[in-house]
Amino acid sequence: MELLNFVLEAGFWVATIRMATPLIFGTLGELLCERAGVLNLGIEGIMAAGSMAGWTWVYMGGDLWTGVCFAAFIGGLIGLLHALLTVQLGLSQHVTGLGITMLASALSSFVFRMLLPKATTPPKIIPFKAFAIPYLSDLPHVGNVLFNQSALTYLAFALVVVVAYVLFRTPVGLAVRMTGENPMAVEAQGLSVFAIRTWAVVAGSALMAVGGAFLTMSAFDAFYIGMVNGRGWICIALVVFASWKPGKALLGCVLFAAFDAIQMRVQQQSGMAVPYQFYLMMPYVFSIMALIIMSRRAAYPRALLVPFRKGER
Amino acid sequence: MRIEARENVSLTLRTLAPVVAVAAAMAVCSVLLLWAGASPLEGWALMLKGALGSRFAITETLTRATPLVFTGLAAAVAFRAKLWNIGGEGQFYIGAVIATWLGAGSFEMPAYLMIPYLFLAGALGGGLLLLVPTLLKTRLQVDEVVTTLLLNFIVLLFVNWLVFGPWKDPMAMGWPQAAPVVDSAVLPQLFAKSRLHLGFVLALVCAMGTWWFMRSTVWGFEIRAVGASPRASRFAGMPVNAVIVRTALLSGGLAAMAGVSELCGVKGYLTLDLSPGFGYSGIVVAMLAALHPLGVVASSLFVAVIYIGADSMSRAINISNYIADVTTAVCLLAVLVSMFLAKYRIRWR
Repeated sequence: MELLNFVLEAGFWVATIRMATPLIFGTLGELLCERAGVLNLGIEGIMAAGSMAGWTWVYMGGDLWTGVCFAAFIGGLIGLLHALLTVQLGLSQHVTGLGITMLASALSSFVFRMLLPKATTPPKIIPFKAFAIPYLSDLPHVGNVLFNQSALTYLAFALVVVVAYVLFRTPVGLAVRMTGENPMAVEAQGLSVFAIRTWAVVAGSALMAVGGAFLTMSAFDAFYIGMVNGRGWICIALVVFASWKPGKALLGCVLFAAFDAIQMRVQQQSGMAVPYQFYLMMPYVFSIMALIIMSRRAAYPRALLVPFRKGER
Repeated sequence: MRIEARENVSLTLRTLAPVVAVAAAMAVCSVLLLWAGASPLEGWALMLKGALGSRFAITETLTRATPLVFTGLAAAVAFRAKLWNIGGEGQFYIGAVIATWLGAGSFEMPAYLMIPYLFLAGALGGGLLLLVPTLLKTRLQVDEVVTTLLLNFIVLLFVNWLVFGPWKDPMAMGWPQAAPVVDSAVLPQLFAKSRLHLGFVLALVCAMGTWWFMRSTVWGFEIRAVGASPRASRFAGMPVNAVIVRTALLSGGLAAMAGVSELCGVKGYLTLDLSPGFGYSGIVVAMLAALHPLGVVASSLFVAVIYIGADSMSRAINISNYIADVTTAVCLLAVLVSMFLAKYRIRWR
């Protein structure tokens, strides 16, 4: 009963939407890569790199929005490396992705330590503030929840619509989806599978990096080593949960964040009855359960993980 | 750009490729040394000296290589069957947890029984842990990459609970650590005044055993066949799912043995920093060795040199020791490319 009251509170939904934001960016980014037929296990590292790049940019005196652009640029650059190795050369997407994650996380920590060698308490920046959209934020119930958020959160929601529109209503999106299903057919149409996959991975990785940047530039105001903390892997599970559809991805991220907010609340309420570590396990357990539930019906893009070589069958 | 398969790949090319790749990776990472204001040659020399420059340094490097051999073998065996076990870190900790559970004074046995007992029990635990995502894969088609990765976080939180909660050692002055294992469970040192322990010998034995197993037994052959082509294996009458389950038990067991070895050989008690990512480094080790069990020994020595060397290099010149993580990651990517270039040639036209 108490929990029901809590779930009906506006504060709960405000927190949920905030916690869902980095997942929305990450899930959309991964979705884009996988729709084109490339699994991007670099996501965990790319998010770390994005969080580092965006934060450093602002810390060095840049403003917030160029910081977001810089994070996206770095993410895109790492994505380009992933695409060169897995698309152009057709290397194992599993191993390459893990290598990219290791490289990107290690580089972020390295650069952070080199720039701020003596930092004991992580230095802070002034992050994005909640921006109330005039009139809309005055709406009863939903106003405060949906229209009094950080600007990056609005961007995440807008991107869901943009990605869905591009993927399902434009020729470009058709080409991307076809590349993930049947690259031979794409080649027969005179389009370049290499180019489509490369750009999809670059764009997807840029989105992941912005998700990482949200952590340091909006959710928190400092960079910690290891702060992505498995969110990237959770996004990969969410993509399967969403059956590669942006709308369902949004739903999955919000649901996931809601569960996460509930477990935090229960954790505070229950005192020490159940150790807090078990609550912290919940997000990972949820992700595995989501995978189990959805995997039977999962319709993977047919050409996912299959490298394309011209003239080879 | 056109990619063509080479008709025949000479042995020289195959052995030279990883060497060239590592050299290229070092060259790339030299940029970071330059950025830190050090001369790359001097930096790499410091790294070598730190890792191999004295008797003590060499034993430290071998000590560091020990868990990497185990986790490297774990990844090599699993990846051979295309079972993407990224959960080496979790399996490592399960091994350490079981060794603490059984070895920290609940009962006594002579060392020659205790040590094999702990290794076997730990290996069983690691194998069972990997069995969960593996059965989800074979029964329900759940992708094992994500489930094994997520299990790492779950296991680490479980260990966190143990060392802060029920297993917290009251004698440890408030530090979050479990009680130490009994004397008979401690792996004996190989040389005086060094930390190198029996686990190293055991790791070498495991590497040779795995090599023999993969090369000369039916089960080993089946693992390789299933990895090369599950459909062909099924067509040839192999029980593909059973083979994958066997692979999982072996791989998880090997990774867990790394945990037992570190716990009983180096630290003596369970803490949250028992592993600085040995499970993940194992993947690098396995790939550098091209998944060859004996190559794993060589590549884990190489990775250990980088980590031990980077520690002393970072003290000597003003550079973060994350340089070790960066270098191994670049080596991994470079070796992947080099193995590709050994098999294919690129024609520009």
